[in-house]
Amino acid sequence: MRKNKVKPVSGDTLSRLNRIKPATNILFNLMFLIVALACFLPIIFIFMISITDNNIIRTEGYKIFVTARTFSGDAYSYLWSQRQTILHALWVSVYVTVIGTVLGVLLTSLMGYVLSRTEHRLNNFLTILVFIPMVFGGGMSASYVINSQLLHLSDTMWILILPLAVSSFNVTIARTFFRTTIPDGIIESAKIDGASQWTVFFQIILPISKPVLATIGLFLAFGYWNDWFQAQLYISDSRLHSLQAMLNAMQNNLEYLTKNPSASASITDLKRNMPQESVRMAIAFVVAVPIACVYPFFQKYFISGLTVGAVKG
Amino acid sequence: MQENKTPAKVQAQPAKKKRWWSKDDTELTILALPTTVWYILFCYLPMFGIILAFKDYKITPGANFFTSLFNSEWVAFENFKYFFGLRDFPQILRNTLLYNLVFIVLDIVLPVALAILISNIYSKRKSKTYQTLMFMPHFMSWVVVSYFVYAFLVTDKGLLNAIIRFFGGEAVPWYSTPGAWPVILIIMHVWKSIGYKMVVYLASITGIDNSLYEAAVLDGATKFQQARYITIPSLRPIIIMMFILAVGGIFSSDFGLFYQVSRGAQQPLTPMVSTLDVKVYQMLTSGTVSLGQTTAASLFQAVVGCITILSANAIVRKFDRSSALI
Repeated sequence: MRKNKVKPVSGDTLSRLNRIKPATNILFNLMFLIVALACFLPIIFIFMISITDNNIIRTEGYKIFVTARTFSGDAYSYLWSQRQTILHALWVSVYVTVIGTVLGVLLTSLMGYVLSRTEHRLNNFLTILVFIPMVFGGGMSASYVINSQLLHLSDTMWILILPLAVSSFNVTIARTFFRTTIPDGIIESAKIDGASQWTVFFQIILPISKPVLATIGLFLAFGYWNDWFQAQLYISDSRLHSLQAMLNAMQNNLEYLTKNPSASASITDLKRNMPQESVRMAIAFVVAVPIACVYPFFQKYFISGLTVGAVKG
Repeated sequence: MQENKTPAKVQAQPAKKKRWWSKDDTELTILALPTTVWYILFCYLPMFGIILAFKDYKITPGANFFTSLFNSEWVAFENFKYFFGLRDFPQILRNTLLYNLVFIVLDIVLPVALAILISNIYSKRKSKTYQTLMFMPHFMSWVVVSYFVYAFLVTDKGLLNAIIRFFGGEAVPWYSTPGAWPVILIIMHVWKSIGYKMVVYLASITGIDNSLYEAAVLDGATKFQQARYITIPSLRPIIIMMFILAVGGIFSSDFGLFYQVSRGAQQPLTPMVSTLDVKVYQMLTSGTVSLGQTTAASLFQAVVGCITILSANAIVRKFDRSSALI
């Protein structure tokens, strides 16, 4: 290896020279394999619980490997029998995610575009308007009072959608994108041709900004899909429960039971209706799987968004 | 028509500069209007709602929010006195700060270390697979994660106790052992965020100019020296930015982690798992604590959070202007 250095070496040879030792490579691979599995296996584990017989769970605990003896599809046939509730929750999840993402992308890119036009009279004012919430906020409590008592959004679909639609972080990403990748010439020439800003934004800017719109859209879509907090705070009507909120409410009911073991009539009722262990895990699995299947395809947009966000403008 | 317009516009340009307000300004303002309204409703009205913290807020029956607000009595700092006088206030503050300090250190050290290690793996395909698998927890909501944790920790059936029993130990009732929870929560935080943070750092590592490493190899630098003198210095701006953001958030906490993973932060876990956010939430939903007192608590959090982020930024700005946030 030392001898090679005497001759001028190409970059390719160099990078081969600069590799770690094969043994180290195997060690690193092994280490990352363990970490990666630790990140991924829990989802398999709850799937295994969901297909375990409830009697076995009660007597022998959770099983990592399900055999023919311990297998039972009861949880999923129960879910199927409850499909009305579950499909409704799925509908709420999808509805909120779709409407919220579209609305959020629109509001974010509108503001991002306006902020990227530095010649705009109100540019400084709007920049400050967007910046302040990054460092200061009214807090959970004041927001709660405003949303529920002034805007009267409790127990409506809008409380699940509106508060999450815009974030200053996303607006900054959009603004940085518009400012750095869209040449001023395009906008100038469109304006010379008599286009209004409205036309410029919808006919020119949006079509050529698909990467950043996709990134922001994905941030929002995953945020909406995974949200349970809004429902926990504002929603008492179970018809407005998304999948996450349903899963959360189920757990809250269970805690309520364990805290109040005294068996009044309504509690015995609640107890009887309480889904069994395997069913709860089955629902958790059903909630987790769509995301686990989908995110690998969108991963690169996330990374690009995070690195764009790191560029300040 | 078009041709007529063009020279007219060009001529109008110098004149436009003098004009205080142009058609362009109007159009842009209209475009910004919906989002501005959103900001007013969901960011600035809550800031206005902060005055609740200085009032003994009572709902006037049949009146709207503003009437109720103005009819309520001013109480100056009574609400804050209540909050600071809470018996568990020091504990909550300690939890919030200590957890965040640990998170700040681990969130920089572990992902950077792993990013450097994974960038050295021969096979790019394997490296991509590991990254994808490690990214998964980032996309799981805390509700789902709390089910994972439950399956692992629950006393009689959980996997962890099964392992402990297999090695002849005694099963531990994790959900009523407060002492174990700092470790559990730290592990869960790292578990959920490590893949995504690693990938962010890795994206910067792949952007480093390869000739730096080539020159280092020719000079006989070891892998370790390359990491020490090339990779880490190149990552400095992004590390500093992540650091400022984390320090700025030192008084806030990931509500889902502390509330969901501990299954509602109930007794006896409360002393170890409750943070400012958890406390504010519990005050808000308790029904016994007044809205004014709750708002005082969340205002305290907002103000100290704002101070920390601005001072962290100011300090960084002093040493390295270009890495500062503002």
